[in-house]
Amino acid sequence: MSQPAAKLPFWVDFGLIPLLNLVAAFAVAGLVVAVIGENPLDVARIIIYGAFGYGEGVGFTLFYATNFIFTGLAVAVAFHAGLFNIGGEGQAYIGGLGVALVALGLDPYLPWWLLAPLAVIGAALFGALWAYIPAVLQAKRGSHIVITTIMFNFIAASLMAYLLVDVLNPGAGSMSPGTRFFNAEAVPPRLSEILAPFGVDLGGSPANLSLIVALLAALGLWLLLWRTRLGYEIRALGHNASAAAYAGVPIARVIVIAMLISGALAGMMALNPVLGDQGRLLLEFPGGAGFVGIAVALMGRSHPLGVILAALLFGMLYQGGSELAFEKPSISRDMLILIQGLVILFSGALENLFRPAVARIFAPRAA
Amino acid sequence: MDWLTFLNVLDSAVRLSTPLLLACLAGLFTERAGVVDIGLEGKMIAGAFAAGAVAVFTGSAWIALLAAIGASVFFGLVHAFACVTQRGNQIVAGVAINFIALGLAAVLGQSWFGQGGKTPAPPNSGRFTAIELPYAAEAAQMGPIGRFYADVVSGHNLLVYFAFLAPFLSWWLLSRTRFGLRLRAVGENPAAVDTAGVSVTRLRYSGQIICGALCGVAGAYLAIGLNAGYLNNMTAGRGYIALAALIFAKWRPVPALFVCLLFGFLDASANRLQGVSLPSVGVVPVQFIQALPYILTVILLAGFIGKAIPPKAGGVPYVKER
Repeated sequence: MSQPAAKLPFWVDFGLIPLLNLVAAFAVAGLVVAVIGENPLDVARIIIYGAFGYGEGVGFTLFYATNFIFTGLAVAVAFHAGLFNIGGEGQAYIGGLGVALVALGLDPYLPWWLLAPLAVIGAALFGALWAYIPAVLQAKRGSHIVITTIMFNFIAASLMAYLLVDVLNPGAGSMSPGTRFFNAEAVPPRLSEILAPFGVDLGGSPANLSLIVALLAALGLWLLLWRTRLGYEIRALGHNASAAAYAGVPIARVIVIAMLISGALAGMMALNPVLGDQGRLLLEFPGGAGFVGIAVALMGRSHPLGVILAALLFGMLYQGGSELAFEKPSISRDMLILIQGLVILFSGALENLFRPAVARIFAPRAA
Repeated sequence: MDWLTFLNVLDSAVRLSTPLLLACLAGLFTERAGVVDIGLEGKMIAGAFAAGAVAVFTGSAWIALLAAIGASVFFGLVHAFACVTQRGNQIVAGVAINFIALGLAAVLGQSWFGQGGKTPAPPNSGRFTAIELPYAAEAAQMGPIGRFYADVVSGHNLLVYFAFLAPFLSWWLLSRTRFGLRLRAVGENPAAVDTAGVSVTRLRYSGQIICGALCGVAGAYLAIGLNAGYLNNMTAGRGYIALAALIFAKWRPVPALFVCLLFGFLDASANRLQGVSLPSVGVVPVQFIQALPYILTVILLAGFIGKAIPPKAGGVPYVKER
């Protein structure tokens, strides 16, 4: 992509321009709200109150944000390598299989604090596995990773539908296709239970220890990308593949490793709903979180800290959006999908829309 | 499977491959012009919703079709603005359009009709209904071939016949007209086209407009041809299968016809084979047949059955040298 030549101050590049893009996205969303005859400010108030106004709302916001931190990091690490992993949804879905197999196999024997680390490994392993084939096809045979990961999303959906309806389903009597419930001792406590003694009330919200895992993953990814040789190679590959190749970066290997990390992160998203909330593996549990990761990574400019902030914003929108659908039935919950799309458009594809104008104001004079 | 059942499956294969074929050709026009478009799904949704809503309001299938084309072309122009004018990432823009169209249709649908995002069934005048071809009834009495004519060839709506004519029209447009040659050139080597004094921008915008129009027809077919009214997310991934078909057809219009028919046939037989035990294979999970187009595409992309080479300048924004 061509960057305009003007070098802008750091805070303009990473603060003001992303903010302008976000404002534009929300302005269009507000316009749609106005068109269907509601007051956008009213809607914003309901969303913010629903997300942060009371304990249970905060808990749900954190719960959704946990999903999006994982999937956002997954997309972000691939972006750093110059790859577009659009398959987070499928990798998360298969990651859920990893979690469920660990839990179903070991829950009679292990307490949650022994089982959870194994579930993390299971999730990461299965997610990485699902990213492995597209990665190898891209690295060795040049098959475009965008298309292969899209295909793998659909293949994952078919595979999981088969497994959950015909193989892992405990049989008649279960209302929705899925596995049996995990043993209650194998399910980690929720944040609401842990924080209750400290006087923090998160109500019945499903936020759980996966949030801590997600934050650790963000920290780990930051260390990896900016403090290790591998991270340097990943970023070099993303900036300029041929320059990286001349500098001796083993391109094919770095592509595969970056995608394995990406798939593992997407797979770990499954911990949050499967082990942390439902206590069983359900059909279609990712519910689009893999795709939200794209918006989150673009908005967070692929930086782990940015991803956390963007994930919080989307967590807020998801929780506040549920509240909104409840209070204003005329506004569909799918408003969220619209906002998500607008954020992707303005923070991603149109990221340079405001840059020339901003550059004219802030460009260093007489360099 | 006897002949009649087979014809039955073929008949639904024709119905199911129609939207794929239209979307696939839509993708072909823009990708041949060097603009990658994974927003086919979103454009089809926009078309389907517009067709469904306008058919209810006006009761006219033709006005609904025009509305579908208009809505879909609008998103085509958004895509072109982002990718050509702003030189943004084409994949990102396509993803954005998929979500925007899906969300917008649900929001407007809920607000206008209050039925959870779907539109009410339009009156019959607001739909494209089946056309009986001449002598179909007589042909049905005249042996297997006649039956084929009566059951498979006849009895579809106008949009189906348009869709099956479209690959040939597209072939003619792309390889026999000046516009088509330029369009393909701009997907291979835009600098050469620019040097010849032809506008790269205008050609790429035209590619997106044709793409939008075809996606609009595909969407209208779903909402007011195949079904009665728009349902939430009724494209159900067809935009992505169309993309797979485009790769399978190696970006050529007439092969696209056969690939889409094959994918439609897989879809139709998946419905039919549910729980049926095949000789020497046993019961094939229906999910496997549903996943088959995707699996085949991955195998093709891996280069194990022929090589799919995309237009050379696809996905790269054109920057004029100064």
